[in-house]
Amino acid sequence: MTELTELGIAQIRDGFRAGDFSAREVAEAFNAAVAGAKGLNAFIVETPEHALAAADAADQERASGSARPLSGVPLGIKDLFCTDGVQTTAASHMLEGFVPTYESTVTERLFLAGAGMLGKLNLDQFAMGSSNETSYFGNVISPWRRNDGGNAPLAPGGSSGGSSAAVAARIAPGATGTDTGGSIRQPAAFTGISGIKPTYGRCSRWGVVAFASSLDQAGAMARDVRDCAIMLEAMAGFDPKDATSLDLPVPEWEANLSPDLKGKTIGIPNEYRVDNMPADIDALWERGIQMAKDAGANVIEVSLPHTKYALPTYYIIAPAEASSNLARYDGVRYGLRDLPDGANLQDMYAATREHGFGAEVKRRILIGTYVLSAGFYDAYYTKAQKVRALIVRDFAQAFEKCDLLLTPTAPSAAFALGEKSDDPLAMYLNDVFTVPSSLAGLPAMSIPGGLDQAGLPLGLQLIGRPLDEQGVLNAALAIEERAGFTARPSPWW
Amino acid sequence: MSVDTNTVRKIASLARIAVTDGEVEAMTGELNNILGWVEQLGEVDTDGIEPLAAVIPNQLRLRDDVITDGEIRDRVLANAPQAEHGFFAVPKVIE
Repeated sequence: MTELTELGIAQIRDGFRAGDFSAREVAEAFNAAVAGAKGLNAFIVETPEHALAAADAADQERASGSARPLSGVPLGIKDLFCTDGVQTTAASHMLEGFVPTYESTVTERLFLAGAGMLGKLNLDQFAMGSSNETSYFGNVISPWRRNDGGNAPLAPGGSSGGSSAAVAARIAPGATGTDTGGSIRQPAAFTGISGIKPTYGRCSRWGVVAFASSLDQAGAMARDVRDCAIMLEAMAGFDPKDATSLDLPVPEWEANLSPDLKGKTIGIPNEYRVDNMPADIDALWERGIQMAKDAGANVIEVSLPHTKYALPTYYIIAPAEASSNLARYDGVRYGLRDLPDGANLQDMYAATREHGFGAEVKRRILIGTYVLSAGFYDAYYTKAQKVRALIVRDFAQAFEKCDLLLTPTAPSAAFALGEKSDDPLAMYLNDVFTVPSSLAGLPAMSIPGGLDQAGLPLGLQLIGRPLDEQGVLNAALAIEERAGFTARPSPWW
Repeated sequence: MSVDTNTVRKIASLARIAVTDGEVEAMTGELNNILGWVEQLGEVDTDGIEPLAAVIPNQLRLRDDVITDGEIRDRVLANAPQAEHGFFAVPKVIE
């Protein structure tokens, strides 16, 4: 029998139903893989007992002739999702030791669908970062290494870097992620896995530690397109507890997967051909275009004129929302309290927030506080929301001419840890291709397209119309079938 | 627009984050870099453009007008750094 950790979500689900193995065997195999991969630092907390309990329930149900959509499948959960009775930190000192007394809607749905939890996955602190270097619990190390013989530890991407590292290292068949400006897609691209951010409002934000509420959206990270479709179907759906949740039925994304792109038009946005793009990325993009054509798509050039303003727009809106959301960490209701001797209430707030937040989180809170402050609000925040409206309009106009957009996911392969951490702006620029679709709330997905000359994975991104996750998944499947991406990191951990 | 150290101190105070003199110096430079970069938005003609309110059109819902406090006081207080007599407790605010 194949080693069970070699199996993806669909294979586990189907093999379990066919009686090829028990759910307990699967859970034990992945629990052991997690326990043996400490060198990645992908998990903040391991929960083998949760995975085993879900597995035992699945085995009992199978014995009585029933199974749920994810019965037998253990998953990693990004430590931004509140989990009842299990520490939830957002990778911050502020929330170290915080044990929610409730379950996020997304994890509740996954568990009701039969999934178990392997543990809580490391991330950039409060999901603010693109390299996983801002976690209070240490860097996640990518399982990948350059083929130059050096052992430089590489970034797994961020903020969902624990999720991407765990799936790429085969210590979890799938993991939840969240995406505010690219935090599912960029780490997926850096680690050679697939990741989808659905339309804003598809997945409930209830119980997800908030970063920038108009942008935050949960999604699925897994080994391939089908596995992402299966996971996302279980995660999505209307939730009255989230005011921006979309009251729409969840489509049968998996059942309707089709790699046939005949009749589809795919747009190539001119403005994504940025200066200094590595030749490997250009070549990858060209191969993606050829693969889409081979699958029957008509490929055209389109224009998204405000693309270059997306990042500065994002770096006003996201910090503004973050400064407001993170005002809740006051040392009173939950999380860290730092009360110096003789301190009054104001001192307590200031000391708690000084010690509870990391440098990047403070930087964004201060920017957000500044752009929202009296006298500057219109010049920054209102202006950014106007430009955001133009970015949304760009996409709407492009989608009059095409059904989907195809772009690289990131402007480079994974960089080394420490390479960009001293320069916030250089780090922000890594999200140049993912931020525009986040600002517009569009469904978007990254799939592995090939390797660069250093042997590192590169991702291609598909962006769809609002609510057209199916179109995104189908085009991603067409490219996945043609890319034949089978490379994987050699275990060193 | 650029910020000076006094402005950074004021922002930090508004954000209730204690900062050292060294941090103020460092943050002044970092914030000016970032603010200088976002100011390129000034190039964009936004006359007559309404600021975006929602990316995906969505009808706001009303819930039933019933009390939903949940009777879960102890769960609400479970993670409080200090809870007394069923309340969150803070340092004395009145001398």
